[in-house]
Amino acid sequence: MLRMIAARLKTTIPSLIGVIIVTFLLTRVLPGDTAAYFAGPAASKEAIADIRGKLGLDRPLPVQFVSYVTALAKGDLGTSLTTGQAVTADLAQRLPASAELTLFGLLMSMAIALPLGVLAAVRQGSWIDHLCRIIATAGVSLPVFFTGLLLVYVFYFILGWAPAPLGRLDVFFSEPPRVTGFLLIDSLIARDAEMFRAALSQILLPALTLAIFSLAPITRMTRASMLAVLGADFVRTARASGLSSGKVIGTYAFRNAMLPVVTTLGMVFSFLLGANVLVEKVFAWPGVGSYAVEALLASDYAPIQGFVLTMAILYVALNLLIDILYGVIDPRVRLEA
Amino acid sequence: MSAPPLLDVRKLTVEFATRRGTVQAVKAIDLSVGKGETVAVVGESGSGKSVTSYAMVRILDRAGRIADGSISFSGVDLVAASEAQMRDLRGREISMIFQNPRAALNPIRKVGRQIEDVLVQHVQATRATAREKAIEALEKVRIARPEERYDAYPFELSGGMCQRVVIALALACQPQLLIADEPTTGLDVTTQKAVMDLIVELTRERGMSTILITHDLGLAAAYSDRVVVMEKGRVVETAGALDIFRDPQHPYTRKLMKATPRLGMSLQDLLPDGREVRERPSPEGEAGAAGSPARSPLGPPLLVVENLVKEYPRPPKGSLLARLTGKAEPEAQPFRAVDGIGFEVRRGETLGLVGESGCGKSTTSMMLNRLLDPTAGRILFDGQDIGAIPAKGFAASPFRQRIQMVFQDPTDSLNPRFTAERAIADPILRMGKIRGRAALRARCEELARSVGLPTELIDRFPHQLSGGQKARVGIARAIALDPDLVILDEPTAALDVSVQAVVLNLLDELKQRLGMSYIFVSHDLNVVRLLCDRVVVMRSGRIVEQGTAEEVLGDPKAAYTRELLSAIPHPPA
Repeated sequence: MLRMIAARLKTTIPSLIGVIIVTFLLTRVLPGDTAAYFAGPAASKEAIADIRGKLGLDRPLPVQFVSYVTALAKGDLGTSLTTGQAVTADLAQRLPASAELTLFGLLMSMAIALPLGVLAAVRQGSWIDHLCRIIATAGVSLPVFFTGLLLVYVFYFILGWAPAPLGRLDVFFSEPPRVTGFLLIDSLIARDAEMFRAALSQILLPALTLAIFSLAPITRMTRASMLAVLGADFVRTARASGLSSGKVIGTYAFRNAMLPVVTTLGMVFSFLLGANVLVEKVFAWPGVGSYAVEALLASDYAPIQGFVLTMAILYVALNLLIDILYGVIDPRVRLEA
Repeated sequence: MSAPPLLDVRKLTVEFATRRGTVQAVKAIDLSVGKGETVAVVGESGSGKSVTSYAMVRILDRAGRIADGSISFSGVDLVAASEAQMRDLRGREISMIFQNPRAALNPIRKVGRQIEDVLVQHVQATRATAREKAIEALEKVRIARPEERYDAYPFELSGGMCQRVVIALALACQPQLLIADEPTTGLDVTTQKAVMDLIVELTRERGMSTILITHDLGLAAAYSDRVVVMEKGRVVETAGALDIFRDPQHPYTRKLMKATPRLGMSLQDLLPDGREVRERPSPEGEAGAAGSPARSPLGPPLLVVENLVKEYPRPPKGSLLARLTGKAEPEAQPFRAVDGIGFEVRRGETLGLVGESGCGKSTTSMMLNRLLDPTAGRILFDGQDIGAIPAKGFAASPFRQRIQMVFQDPTDSLNPRFTAERAIADPILRMGKIRGRAALRARCEELARSVGLPTELIDRFPHQLSGGQKARVGIARAIALDPDLVILDEPTAALDVSVQAVVLNLLDELKQRLGMSYIFVSHDLNVVRLLCDRVVVMRSGRIVEQGTAEEVLGDPKAAYTRELLSAIPHPPA
């Protein structure tokens, strides 16, 4: 197992190097002038040039790249010009917020999608199969900002069940001592039930928005994969041996059907993590997505580079995790490693 | 029989809902199995024999349903029984074993656990005693070191071993009836014999009844008391095993009997009386093929294989840490799949390459066909060492069109998106000299005619053709470039016996007419006996015996050849 992980990590080094180079170049060729942006609309040419010199943007590209990589090697992602903070500090603050939201949304989605997909496959062609198709299609057809606004309108504005969509925690609470950065977990560690409930009520609507969107791929993949496995010879053997349908579907079919589902989960997770900007905007969620978009609009290089690199590393870590999960599920994968 | 039968099936009809309406797969069949009796159900594909068995335990798939009839098992009406009652009976009173044992086991669950699941389900064991009982069950099917095998996954076991596990699974709860659906199809003859002997011994020991579903008449004859012959969903004949072979009543039974290759018969004997090899006569229509199989005098050697070796590296052992610190074990000797073999094929000759799975016969045929590079040795084709031409570049070599291949699975070896014509034209388009749409079409039609494929079928796609027709397309493709040598890799293994009979005759006739040589790779010694002039017997990458077919198969010198021959189940003559 360790050998597999080591081998897998080794193969990711070239792609990470590629990511570093490409993001560096991309941010440089993007239209927009950082110095002009920060000097303000009324600044003189000299003031802009002065700022450009301070930022080091007047130096040739290779020199800029070397200094970027040197800083990177020391764990320094640079400083954001918009927030005035170190990018590492910003990301450390915001990444857990995004991760918590995405993870929670994905868990909600799985809680609905997996049973629904399994049921749809077991009762193929029944009303539940059609329901599954309708829910999945509707979920993926509605844009997340629309679903989000709709949920806010219904649950906050009309019904008043949900709190105002203003970030991770009500303003009356101060954040719990930071352990994981996930408020739900940190508040539990701090044994603060009140705060846990507050954090939960804040995260429910945005997570539900994400869950509705990600229902489709997970449900459809679960259904397709279950259908394939239910037709397999070993399921027939299990049925012919008189095993209960719970055992046949749960232990025999579902575990075998999990492999493609796990892959889909990984893809959906990494996609959501970076792409839920709209949800973050609607719910004023202080995540990395909105952070990156703001930096991009300001031509603020350091946060963009930091964001893309972080995403790449996360993606690598996630894929590694999926590979390990594969090994846990399927002994044949363990052997190949 | 005075006692009431254990299983009594009356007027059973099974229907399948398809897009084109309902289809009756089984039509009002009667079948009974007495206590301790073994009944064989014999038929070709599509005869409804497997569907019958699935209906008995009610595991038909969604589209199928029992439309009519009754099934009574020890007085219980299985058609009317609730799903819960059925679940209780399955595995405890009626068990099944299937073909393709590796696929029949859950690939990601330890085999021991799978046996435990059945034991616990039927309250034959508690969680505490399950492991012990599962190991006991493995012991009973004579699996060596059962404690270790308990933790094995199906992919770590051989096919024969997997079938033993499936048998252990089926017999774990001491059922009264065992339904064995093609239990040995795809297994080697010696493994087949071991598995069948084991089934017979275990079922006899417990006084169990058995239904043996098979397409192999020899197997049915050797291992059953009574034989039920099915054709197109109907039972056409039921008789004692000996009677049915001595005196088959129904024409279909007679046709099946005739098509089964046996000792002391010729290729033509396989065909139904008055049946031509080709579905329509070829324009040439020569007389030679219909007569006795007078072998043409053998020419000079076409292919000479000298000291051919194929090695595969073994996976390195030891952990990464051990290898990094240099403490790994010394590099293992590479695995020799083919270990220094030599033989020759003359012009116009058919050489049989026989042996069990893993003996290296497929590796050898891949090397001869130049799809795989040998590690050492020479392959002299017409005096030239074609082994020296790398496999990657062989497609561009002029020798490519002189050596062609017919593959084992007629379905899988055709591109599903190519029509039969396109499939046959493929080698011509790549290497042939024919240019122009009309000329190509004419050549394809000519080839189709020569393999007995009606020309109106050549615009069809593979899924619109029968197994025998697809085999013909594969053969037409192989002879499209007038090769000197055709390598046939189990060309009839996936076909029913009656289709096999026709295809074998076609191959023989084509060889006579076109003057080709064949290398016929097969595990079916009866077929090899009929078709081959000389035979090479392989085991573990080496040749154990070679000589003329009469010598090797009639009076084998090597103990291994004798073992292979004696493992073939023979219908009583």
